[in-house]
Amino acid sequence: MKKLLIALVALIPSLAIAAGGGYSHPLEKAKIDLEDKASLQRGAALFTNYCLGCHQMQFHRYNRSAQDLGIPEELVKENLIFGDQKVGEQMTNAMPAKESAKWFGKQPPDLTLIARLRSPDWIYTYLKSFYIDESKTFGVNNAVFKDVGMPHVLEPLQGTQTAEFVYTEVHGEKTLSGIKLTQKTEGSMTPEEFDQAMHDLVNFLEYVGEPSKLESHKIGTWVLVFLAVFFVFIYLLKKEYWRDVH
Amino acid sequence: MWKNLLDWIEYRIPMMRVANMHALQYPAPKNMNFWYVFGFIATVVLVNQIVTGIWLTMNYVPSAEGAFASVEYIMRDVDYGWILRYMHSTGASAFFVVVYLHMFRGMMYGSYQKPRELLWLFGMFIYLALMAEAFMGYLLPWGQMSYWGAQVIISLFGAIPVIGDDLTLWIRGDYVISGATLNRFFALHVIALPLVIVILVFLHIVALHEVGSNNPQGINIKHPKGSLKEEEKTKYQIHEYYTDKYDIIDDVVPFFPHIVLKDLVAFTVFCAACAYVIFFNPEMGGLFIEPPNFEPANPLKTPEHIAPVWYFTPFYAILRAVPDKLLGVIAMFGAIAMLAALPWVDRCKVRSIKYRSGLHKLNLTVFAIVFVLLGWLGLKPATPTFTLMSQISTLLYFGFFGFLWLYSKNEKTKPLPARISK
Repeated sequence: MKKLLIALVALIPSLAIAAGGGYSHPLEKAKIDLEDKASLQRGAALFTNYCLGCHQMQFHRYNRSAQDLGIPEELVKENLIFGDQKVGEQMTNAMPAKESAKWFGKQPPDLTLIARLRSPDWIYTYLKSFYIDESKTFGVNNAVFKDVGMPHVLEPLQGTQTAEFVYTEVHGEKTLSGIKLTQKTEGSMTPEEFDQAMHDLVNFLEYVGEPSKLESHKIGTWVLVFLAVFFVFIYLLKKEYWRDVH
Repeated sequence: MWKNLLDWIEYRIPMMRVANMHALQYPAPKNMNFWYVFGFIATVVLVNQIVTGIWLTMNYVPSAEGAFASVEYIMRDVDYGWILRYMHSTGASAFFVVVYLHMFRGMMYGSYQKPRELLWLFGMFIYLALMAEAFMGYLLPWGQMSYWGAQVIISLFGAIPVIGDDLTLWIRGDYVISGATLNRFFALHVIALPLVIVILVFLHIVALHEVGSNNPQGINIKHPKGSLKEEEKTKYQIHEYYTDKYDIIDDVVPFFPHIVLKDLVAFTVFCAACAYVIFFNPEMGGLFIEPPNFEPANPLKTPEHIAPVWYFTPFYAILRAVPDKLLGVIAMFGAIAMLAALPWVDRCKVRSIKYRSGLHKLNLTVFAIVFVLLGWLGLKPATPTFTLMSQISTLLYFGFFGFLWLYSKNEKTKPLPARISK
């Protein structure tokens, strides 16, 4: 165990270098607007319907969303809680950790802090970048997250995409430089509707990552205003005391 | 009534005497400029860290199973817990910003020179204790970067010959970083090191007030008893502790209210900068809180790129610049030891950069640039180009002390004025 760890630590510098190479898919900008309560509510509905089955939010409570997003608790109980959970409980699911790791290769990660870990743009582009790859267990791969263990859960909404790989020569080596995605079959949403749905979902994930953001900007503005006023007074007082010092 | 109470207390404990000696009648040079506000600000930041730390402790759970979740509990379920936590995390980084500026001030105006060597050394001990405090505090959220950062830094001690492996085992309390490590770091972070820091800060201030504050001119405000004419002496009431031994020249102001008010002006601006970070940008673009730390510690998953928090990166860059691990560790600690040795490395008798040679100005400027550059390099992956840059910077870092020792003995300095100002 000890030897293994020492070996692992010794590997770290080389890992850092290895991470420098490889293809990274260009990220699209996610529209984040925490003031847009309707978007956040739609995002919450999408999350509980499509994600919560596998991904928990074990640090976030249903009624916190209800309070912050202005959803009546009755509606939360009826539409967002599918099990027998109470509205004051955290948004967890019944998926067994060990088995899920067997099913997907690893346990589906908790998504409470995913927006802070990965960035909203990353999630937005990731959700839109599933393409058909018959070699994978679930028949799909992802342009942003290669060989991800997640099935294309949103396929009924988005439809399917195929990928075209673009290669360029770098130092005489064929290197992947782009993945072009094209719609193959249609889903229940038009591409515009799907984009908007993903903006809503990412908006909700961003909110859950840091719910304090809803009030921090307001409080922060008042703190800065107070400090600005305080500055004037303390500066004048200082000037008064120092007037006779030359 | 009030007067009686004060007299009653004063008869039993020297409350007013201490207040007079160290604040109301403490002579401070009147030309102390912008660079002199950071000692005061550092003290307030220390108080902030202690107070917000106490409140965080009320809800934090120091165990490998509960730590990460308890931090999120503080962020979500504790009323205004997020403000406390961000004040603490921003305060940690702000502490280092302030301390680095405070140290650079000392280097510019020669505040480490005789008779302030011990004062400087106490400062260096505070800096060391602060680094240990920050390092241990960073493990407590139990995120990926907490875990792997600690793993890398503790493994450095393994480079020490013979005792290395046993030493790392002793520090961790386990073969890997584990709950045992977290618990002891928690104990050290909330009790042992704060106590050490508070005591050192007390000694730092006692030493400062014994030898007196330096100033941007680097000349004395205390003169031998009987050497000044009556009209040259200060008109302010200065405590007899100082006037009994010295004549104090008419270039001083009392610490309170004059200096305190000036410090408060700067402190307000400092607060505004901190408030901006706390309320609008708590991660500070990944510098103050690193994004990988939003994933719970996982001993089986090494992050792609492990970088310590920004305030350690100059020394981390030096460590990585040296190809041999043991020599790298020695260079890293040597970089701090050289700073501590500054009072003896610098053999010049003139303190302030204003009256020192162009060579010294250039040397110090290069040092400042190199320090910032090393800090930046320490954040980057160790590519060949960056490693080469780190190696050159490391040489220049140590070169500063080497050159200083060589030229400072017979440095061509400008004549010092007799007084701070007329």
